[in-house]
Amino acid sequence: MSESSPPLRVDALSKRFGEMTALDGITLELHSGECLGLLGPNGAGKSTLIRSIMGRVIPDAGTISVFGAHADSMPARTALGWVPQELALYPRLTCRENLQSFGRYHGLGGLGLDAAVAQCLGWATLTDRAGELVKNISGGMKRRLNMAAGLIHRPKLALMDEPTVGVDPQSRNHIFEMIETLRGEGMSIVYTTHYMEEAERLCDRIAIVDHGKIIALGTNADLVRNAFGSRSQVLARFAGAQERVADWVAQRGGQVFGGSAQFTIEHPTEIGGLLEASEKAGFELLDVSLRKPNLESVFLRLTGRELRD
Amino acid sequence: MISAIVRTATVSLCRDRGALVLSFILPVVFFSIFAVIFGGRHDSTAKVTVLLVDEDHSRISQRLVQGLEREGSLVVKTRPAPVKGAEQPDFTAPTAEAAVKAGTAPVALVIPHGFGDNPISFGPAGGDRPTIQLLEDSSDIVAPQVIVGLLQKVAITSMPDLMAEQGSKYLDQIAGGLTREQHDRLEESLRQLRERRENGAAAPDSGNGGIIAVRARAVVGENKNNPMVSFYAAAIGVMFLLFTASGAAGALLDEVESGTLDRVLSSRVTMTTLLLGKLTFNSLLAFAQLVLMFLWGWAVFKLDFWSHIPGFVIMGVCTAVAVAAFGMLLASVCRTRAQLGALSTLVILIMSSVGGSMFPRFLMPEAMQKAGLLTINAWAIDGFTKVFWRDEPVFHLWPQVLVLLGIATALFAIARRLARRWEYT
Repeated sequence: MSESSPPLRVDALSKRFGEMTALDGITLELHSGECLGLLGPNGAGKSTLIRSIMGRVIPDAGTISVFGAHADSMPARTALGWVPQELALYPRLTCRENLQSFGRYHGLGGLGLDAAVAQCLGWATLTDRAGELVKNISGGMKRRLNMAAGLIHRPKLALMDEPTVGVDPQSRNHIFEMIETLRGEGMSIVYTTHYMEEAERLCDRIAIVDHGKIIALGTNADLVRNAFGSRSQVLARFAGAQERVADWVAQRGGQVFGGSAQFTIEHPTEIGGLLEASEKAGFELLDVSLRKPNLESVFLRLTGRELRD
Repeated sequence: MISAIVRTATVSLCRDRGALVLSFILPVVFFSIFAVIFGGRHDSTAKVTVLLVDEDHSRISQRLVQGLEREGSLVVKTRPAPVKGAEQPDFTAPTAEAAVKAGTAPVALVIPHGFGDNPISFGPAGGDRPTIQLLEDSSDIVAPQVIVGLLQKVAITSMPDLMAEQGSKYLDQIAGGLTREQHDRLEESLRQLRERRENGAAAPDSGNGGIIAVRARAVVGENKNNPMVSFYAAAIGVMFLLFTASGAAGALLDEVESGTLDRVLSSRVTMTTLLLGKLTFNSLLAFAQLVLMFLWGWAVFKLDFWSHIPGFVIMGVCTAVAVAAFGMLLASVCRTRAQLGALSTLVILIMSSVGGSMFPRFLMPEAMQKAGLLTINAWAIDGFTKVFWRDEPVFHLWPQVLVLLGIATALFAIARRLARRWEYT
C-alpha cells in the first residue's frame, strides 16, 4: 500500500449479471481528503460499484486499487471503512459491545480498542447510552452507531451508503456534523445518497451514475453549468383544463411536472413573453417563479423522470 | 367472504415451500420410515443374532443346536467371523461373553456339560441339573425374550422323541408302579407345573421357566443403576443437538439478512475465519448441552457419569463438532430462516428416526440398520453406548471418532463452498 497512491482508483470497471449490465466501463479517481458523492437512480449501478470497491463483487473487466492495493487485499480492507445502508448491528449487544466486536474484527485490541470505542461513542454522541442494548435505542442512535461501527478502526477511506436513510432532521444534521469532523481529519469519503442537498452540502465532487456509467462528474457548480449554462428555470401554474395546458407547454418547449409547467430560459426577461403568450392562449396564471437550476435539476435532466423500479 | 379467506390462505401456502414440505412431505416420509421399521416388510424383519456355545457335544445338545440353526428368525453364530480369511475357533463361554460385551450380538447361549443327560427342567434331578446359560446385553430388551421363547419351541419341535423318552423315564422314576405314594408324588409334580404356569413363572432368569431350564445373566449393564438412561441420554441428546445446531447456524442467515455479515466480511475477517468461528461456538454450545443432559441424568436418574469422563469428553467433542458442521451446512444451503426451519425439521427427524434416536437401531430391519450408519445419530449413539453401557476403553472409540470427525470435515468443507455466494457476487 502506497501513501502516494490515490485513495481510490477505478479503471474501466465492468460487470454484467446475466443480460443486465451493472457496470459499464466506469473510471474514476478519488483525491486524498476528498468527499465524492455518488448519485444515481435505483438500479443505476452504485451498489455494485461500492461492493466492487469492497472486493465483494468480482468484476468482469477493469481494476480497482485502494491506496495502490488490490481491492479485497488485506491492506485494502484495513484502509477501508464501510457504512452500509442497513443497520448492520447486533441487536442483542449493547452499543459498546457492538463497537468492541467490530473493533476486534478490524484487528484492534487492548487499550487501543478501549480508546477507539470511547472515541467513537463520543463522536456518535452515544457515551451516555453505551450500555444500552441496540434493539432498545432510537433509529437515529442506531444510524450514528452504524456509522461508528464502520469507522472504528479509523480508516483512511470511508464508503458511506445512504447513511441518513430514515432519520429525523435533527439526527441527519448531527450525522452531517460527524462526517464534517471526519473530513476535517483528512478522511477520504465516497458518499452515496439520494438526497441532493446532502451531496450539495458534503461533497467536493459529484458523480452521477446511470445504466452502469458515470454520465456526469464534477463539482456541483460544474454540473449545473454543464447542464444548463447560464439558463434559468421558470415554474408556472395555470388554471383550466390541464391537458390543454400540457399541450401548450409542450409547444413552447417546456414540461409539466406535478401540475407545474417548467420552462428553461436564457435570460429572466423572457418571462414576460411567456406570460403574454399564456394569456393569449386563454390560460389564467395562478403563480410564477424564477429558479436557478440546482443539482436536482441536473439529476432529473440527465436521468429522466421515468420510474426505475 | 369465507371463500376469499380460504383462497388467500391457499395461495400463501402454495408459495411457502417450507410449509408445504412440513404439511405434505414430512408426514409421508415419516409414515414410510415407521412402516418399514415396524411393518415387517417381506423378509426384511430384524433377525436376532445369537452366539452359541455347545460345551456338551451330546446327541441332545447337537439336536438343539441344529433346531436353533433352522429357525428363520435367528442368526446363529458358533464362531467369530474369519479374520483375514482364517477361520476362527468356536466360541467358548468366555469368548462368547466377551463378544456380547463388545456388542457383536445381544445374546449368547451356553449349553453346559451334562445337559444332554438331563435336559428337561422338571423331574427328580432337582436343582443340580445343568442349566443353559443365557448371556445377555440388557440394553436389548427384546432379543433375550425371543431366544428363551424359541429355545422352548425348538425343544418341542426339534426333539419330541427325546422329550417323550425323558418324560417316560421321569414317569417311571416318579410313578413306578403307581402306588398311592407315587400317585401323590406325580400329582404333586403336576401341581407344581400348573402352579408355575399360573404364576407366570416364565421369566428367563427363573431357571425353571419352560421345558428347558435357562438361567439368564446380564453380562453388559449388570451393574448399572439405571441401565437405559445412558442410551436415551445419548439418543435424545443427539437429536436435540441437531436441532440446536441448525438453529444456531441460522444466526448466519440473520446476519446475511441484516447486513452484518457484509460488514464483518469488510473487516479483516475472511469467510473461512468467520465460519470456523461459528463452528467453534456451535460446537461449544452443543458440548455444553451434552454436559447438561448427562449431568441431569446423573443427578436425577443415577447415570454413572463421573467414572466415564474421558470417554464422554471424546465422544462429546466429536459429536458436538459433527452436529455443528451439520447445522452450518443446512444454513449455507438455505436462503432464509423459514427455509432452514422446514429443511432442518425434515432432515433431522429423518436422521433421528433412522439413526436410532427415537428407537434402538437393533429393533430395525437389517437394511434400515445399515441406512442408519449414514447418520450422525447412529455413530454418536454407538460411541456413547460403548462408553456408558459397555464400559469399553476409550481407544475402542476410534471408529466413531474417525467417522464423526470425517463427517464434520466433509460437511464443513461443503458449507464453506456454498458460502461463496455470500462472499462474492
